[in-house]
Amino acid sequence: MSIRVENIDKRFGTFTALNDVTLDFRTGELTALLGPSGCGKTTLLRIIAGLETADAGRILIAGEETSDKPVRERHVGFVFQHYALFRHMSVFENVAFGLRVKPRRERPGEAEIRRRVMELLDLVQLAWLAERMPAQLSGGQRQRIALARALAVEPQVLLLDEPFGALDAKVRKELRSWLRQLHETLHITSIFVTHDQEEALELADRVVVMNRGRIEQAGPPQAVYEHPANAFVHGFLGASNILRGTIRDGLFHAEGASLPARNIHQSGGEAVAYLRPHELAIARRPDPAGIPAEIRRILAFGALARIELITLAGRVPLEVELPRHDLAGLALNPGETVHLVPQGVNLFPSAEAGTLPKPVLAKAG
Amino acid sequence: MAGATSTFPASHRFETRSATRDHGLVRALLLALGLGFFALFLILPLVVVFAEALRKGWETYWAALTEPDALSAIRLTLLAAAIAVPLNLVFGVSAAWAIAKYQFRGKALLTTLIDLPFSVSPVIAGLIYVLVFGAQGWFGPLLEGYDVRIIFAVPGIVLATIFVTFPFIARELIPLMEAQGSEEEEAALVLGASGFQTFWRVTLPNIKWGLLYGVILCNARAMGEFGAVSVVSGHIRGMTNTMPLHVEILYNEYQFAAAFAVASLLALLALFTLAVKSFIEWKSAQKSDPGIRPEESLT
Repeated sequence: MSIRVENIDKRFGTFTALNDVTLDFRTGELTALLGPSGCGKTTLLRIIAGLETADAGRILIAGEETSDKPVRERHVGFVFQHYALFRHMSVFENVAFGLRVKPRRERPGEAEIRRRVMELLDLVQLAWLAERMPAQLSGGQRQRIALARALAVEPQVLLLDEPFGALDAKVRKELRSWLRQLHETLHITSIFVTHDQEEALELADRVVVMNRGRIEQAGPPQAVYEHPANAFVHGFLGASNILRGTIRDGLFHAEGASLPARNIHQSGGEAVAYLRPHELAIARRPDPAGIPAEIRRILAFGALARIELITLAGRVPLEVELPRHDLAGLALNPGETVHLVPQGVNLFPSAEAGTLPKPVLAKAG
Repeated sequence: MAGATSTFPASHRFETRSATRDHGLVRALLLALGLGFFALFLILPLVVVFAEALRKGWETYWAALTEPDALSAIRLTLLAAAIAVPLNLVFGVSAAWAIAKYQFRGKALLTTLIDLPFSVSPVIAGLIYVLVFGAQGWFGPLLEGYDVRIIFAVPGIVLATIFVTFPFIARELIPLMEAQGSEEEEAALVLGASGFQTFWRVTLPNIKWGLLYGVILCNARAMGEFGAVSVVSGHIRGMTNTMPLHVEILYNEYQFAAAFAVASLLALLALFTLAVKSFIEWKSAQKSDPGIRPEESLT
């Protein structure tokens, strides 16, 4: 089922949680709401579920206005960050809850409930835990049970509020790919909230980047990562090196180098360049498009090596990432001066950089 | 609610380490002081109550309990508790729910007001009702017109009992419900449960031990209350006398054996309450200890 969110406003006292948010979520897609804490992503999810009421705007599920529908009639599945399993019920009863509270006419018989619950527990691969109490499960197991419980009522949409937020790194990674597989099987329109950009990019069909109650950008992960709409999105999705400089003669001048840029929209004036650490090549020979910098530290573990440098002109710290194999070929030493040639420079107006990104209302769809 | 006791209390570890073990003399002194105080102020009076009650033999004891005025006092005490406890159960759960789960204006005021019966002297509580419902009180003339008697009658006793026992259940539930939050209730609503189903199937099972604990304490106080009830009762034998008031009257009339016989019933009630209370504490501690360790592996 598609979900449409129209001109949603939400304030808590003087704090604006959501400011005129409009979004479309397409049928069968898994969308990530990504942003720093306090950006309004969880509030938006709770408004869609009906756990919170918007001050203005409408929610449409499958084209039908649901703004005034009580939570229990919205047919949404909701997974909480801290699982919210019913602590006094067994795993089986937790999953069966949604079926047992149905009005008598719609309530399935005991045998049917049993069959459905076991089917769902099989789906989350935890059928062997059916008789346990929630307190006897690990975090990852609890979250999978919470998911099975949400799916029991056959929701039209599935909403997940930081589903992996309370889990440790290893379990997070496992659950992430498991959830993706589950989505491929079920194809329920799903929205999940996260502040982890890696999780959003890896898991979602579409990523919606939010900041301060507004949508900064929405699109497929690849597009959002490679063509960030503004400095905030660039900064939030992965590591960035930031250089301040000026635009002259179609080039960006900073730190003793003249760099061609992807997106020069101004004819002159100040600008800020965002450079991904893996988009900087290290050269020994001076180059007009190379930033002279001194190597401070070389960190070589795993597949990627990280090199910390400092520019000669303005003493700006920079970071470069390159495959370990390439590092060996270069034979670099700390203290040495090299020239960094950017492969892609994203320029943003200097007012946009730093703390206050200009709100860009990117309409999804 | 009473905290969960773990299998190995901290004192066990404390005791076995020589570095933290107290000097033998200090230990003996503390034990003697604690136990001596306990014996003198708690055990001795209890023993006296039963000894005095039975001094003239079982027959006198039984006669004191079964004479009509005593029976009437027992009946009235049971009646007052039977009305006050269920009402406070409803008020207590509602108030705790409102305070723990909603944000509203005047929440701090309500929290403070719930404690009022604890901080106000029971005599004042009784006087309030006399001033409001008594013959010379605000509603006195009006009530007289309809021939309704509240003060020096059973309704007054019930009202005073409700007032003094009001905080017990709410006080017990508020911290418990605040700690549990409302995520489970939210989960139930999203799954399609109605408000009543959510309360009955999710909220109530989670607070049941705390609630029972509150009810036990509330009941003990309802049956034992003296001050507030004494002011509104009028001490009419066989009519408006509760057990504690009956004990006082008998005592003032030098019928010591009878006074202690009725008092022993109240003491038995207290012992029974303590036993149930410990059982509930033990039971809820058991609940919060899952027993089996969670498995950290995913598969």
